[in-house]
Amino acid sequence: MSSQAYYVPAQSRWPILASVSLFLMAYGAATLINALSAESGGMLGLVLLLLGALCMGLIMVGWFGHVIDESGQGLYSDQMDRSFRWGMSWFIFSEIMFFAAFFGTLFYVRVLAVPWLGGEGEKGVSNMLWQGFEATWPLMTTPDMNAFPGPEGLIDPLHLPLINTLLLLSSSVTVTVAHYRLKQDRRSQVILWLLLTVVLGCAFLLFQVLEYVEAYHELGLTLQAGIYGATFFILTGFHGMHVTLGTLMLFIILLRVIRGHFAPDHHFGFEAVSWYWHFVDVVWVGLFLFVYLL
Amino acid sequence: MGSLEQTVHSTDHHGPAKGITRWLYTTNHKDIGTLYLLFSLTMFFVGGCMALTIRAELFQPGLQLIMPEFFNQMTTMHGLIMVFGAVMPAFVGLANWMIPMMVGSPDMALPRMNNWSFWILPFAFVMMLSTLLMEGGAPNFGWTFYAPLSTTYAPPSVTYFIFAVHMMGISSIMGAINVIATILNMRAPGMKLMDMPLFVWTWLITAFLLIAVMPVLAGVVTMMLMDIHFGTSFFDAAGGGDPVLFQHVFWFFGHPEVYIMILPAFGIVSEIIPTFARKRLFGYTSMVYATGSIAILSFIVWAHHMFTVGLPLAGELFFMYTTMLIAVPTGVKVFNWVATMFRGSMTFETPMLFSLAFVVLFTIGGFSGLMLAIAPADFQYHDTYFVVAHFHYVLVPGSIFSIMAAAYYWLPKWTGHMYNEAMGKLHFWLSFIGVNITFFPMHFLGLAGMPRRIPDYALQFADFNMVATFGAFLFGFSQLIFVYNVISCARSGKKATARVWEGSHGLEWTLPSPPPYHSFTEPPVFTNPHRENS
Repeated sequence: MSSQAYYVPAQSRWPILASVSLFLMAYGAATLINALSAESGGMLGLVLLLLGALCMGLIMVGWFGHVIDESGQGLYSDQMDRSFRWGMSWFIFSEIMFFAAFFGTLFYVRVLAVPWLGGEGEKGVSNMLWQGFEATWPLMTTPDMNAFPGPEGLIDPLHLPLINTLLLLSSSVTVTVAHYRLKQDRRSQVILWLLLTVVLGCAFLLFQVLEYVEAYHELGLTLQAGIYGATFFILTGFHGMHVTLGTLMLFIILLRVIRGHFAPDHHFGFEAVSWYWHFVDVVWVGLFLFVYLL
Repeated sequence: MGSLEQTVHSTDHHGPAKGITRWLYTTNHKDIGTLYLLFSLTMFFVGGCMALTIRAELFQPGLQLIMPEFFNQMTTMHGLIMVFGAVMPAFVGLANWMIPMMVGSPDMALPRMNNWSFWILPFAFVMMLSTLLMEGGAPNFGWTFYAPLSTTYAPPSVTYFIFAVHMMGISSIMGAINVIATILNMRAPGMKLMDMPLFVWTWLITAFLLIAVMPVLAGVVTMMLMDIHFGTSFFDAAGGGDPVLFQHVFWFFGHPEVYIMILPAFGIVSEIIPTFARKRLFGYTSMVYATGSIAILSFIVWAHHMFTVGLPLAGELFFMYTTMLIAVPTGVKVFNWVATMFRGSMTFETPMLFSLAFVVLFTIGGFSGLMLAIAPADFQYHDTYFVVAHFHYVLVPGSIFSIMAAAYYWLPKWTGHMYNEAMGKLHFWLSFIGVNITFFPMHFLGLAGMPRRIPDYALQFADFNMVATFGAFLFGFSQLIFVYNVISCARSGKKATARVWEGSHGLEWTLPSPPPYHSFTEPPVFTNPHRENS
């Protein structure tokens, strides 16, 4: 094994502070959402949520800063590096399973639930509850149009979504180019390619916002528009949140490169972010295919 | 060597800190393991009080003590607390204590994240328990929180429940990532995967299951949240969704979850039986493959919880056969445990007694599971007390007994003192008798048609219910003996040797009892005495 002993950190205040912040965020979010539904107040929840989020942000800066310091002091062996790698890989696996739950929902609804409601197949008897309902996908006419008015129009997959696909796919390429330049220690090039990646991520997010505005204001495609709207927004919404987080992470990596962090042979922080970015990219390809195109 | 001295130095000067900060800021796997175990014990008693409330109400037919609404809150909270607050944290606590010592590493791979994994839990459960005091009461829809009962008809506190589940999920996923990184990366030089103790193997596979399914649980509660507050129709047919979809997603998490609560138990029993039979574990390799097979099968059996919801015939058949298939690797395990004991020099200390009871009573729970797996028969058993009997047999004399066995087995290692053997045996026999008096009559109640989750019942069920309640109180109060035994063992008692048990094997027994604050500051060289070419 390696000649270095494994680095076991001393006591740390960050985790318990992070637990308190997470609790504030969760309690605040629940209080806020309940108040919004009851249409009464909501200030307390909002304050707790924002306070928790602010503390969490500061803690992340402090905690990661501490880790970066330790790494800079050379306390981390190759074995430590492998622990980080296993950690990040399994974290991404957990994210994949999170999206799998929503993709599974989409497939179940498209392949089984909606056709059954429309009277198809062995379980089609449920159609007697919704007489006259016809199964189509995308589902424009819901079984109960008063409770869940279906969408009037759909997003054209070959317009904004196609542009977004190209943006995100090329951003995967640019982050990889940045990684190769980092390995060659050509730092100005790294900054350039990373900056390009961040810009592509931001452009993606901008188009996604435009798409949502169009969906809500022109197409009647909302969260309340039946199962098509529900699956559409939960999949693209959570993906959008992940792109936001990924872009933020890329931006932080960019700042770190500018400040002179990362060696050509030792830059796991960089790699972890680029793994995450590729993961977000792959999820998008699934989304583009199964939510927009097919 | 300079860097080695530096790191050894930096690990030495932070021994246990004084006061409360030792526990709040700790990065030590033993401290965190202790925290997990104490938290689990606390939750075991909280959930246990709820169970006794339920049993007290069911002592006689008619409404005696509590209102039906509160009864529903008790069944819901009892289930959630026992699953997420008692059983799972107990296994994570054991993993924290034992895995670094068993694989010969100084600590867990990511010690600060380890602390965070634990300290999220008390906050999550404060939030969960606070719902009992909220307007409309605590969640009352059963621990499986089926839609639309948990969406359209739920009390407002469901929102807090959802976020509490999210917090538990974050905690579990980080804990599992830590376990995997430790096992894959921190083994002593020379220890190959197939040299690892079975407790380590079963935890490796459990951690994989956790990372795979906890995010799915997060997904399903998120869809609930959207349906309740943001007008989506995932579980509402009026918008094209499907309430049965909830059950599919929930049980895709839920079935692997039940193996999360039993695979580490298999590992524990596979450690203890060879020690007290003074023989090598029979069929080590087949044990590993059986554990892996159970884990893989657990992903394709989920709808056996849903035979009566109106699945297509092909679905009923598929899930029936895959479920029955699980009996094969499980049978391999039971066979191996029995074969390990065959012609062994057995002694019956408390950990061995709990392990033997585990093998017998878990097998009973397994067989009633096989009965439930038969789709046409399940139409009769579904949602009756037979199901309650089945899963309590695998969880109480299964998971809980294995946790008790593990506690007695490793307590001398942890504290440096032997526990009181006579008191341990008393605890075992009272628990063993109590468990069977509680849960065995439930089989008959279920077969006679008594539904689960009801506060009142028809007169013909009265006798068996009275017996079950008697057993529940016997079992519940006998656990106080365990608490007393643990506390007195932590304070004083006969000095324990490093080996503790005559027949024990493994790296954890090469350390003194109690072990040093940092288990192995330098990795030990591991050689498997049973591997010829090592």
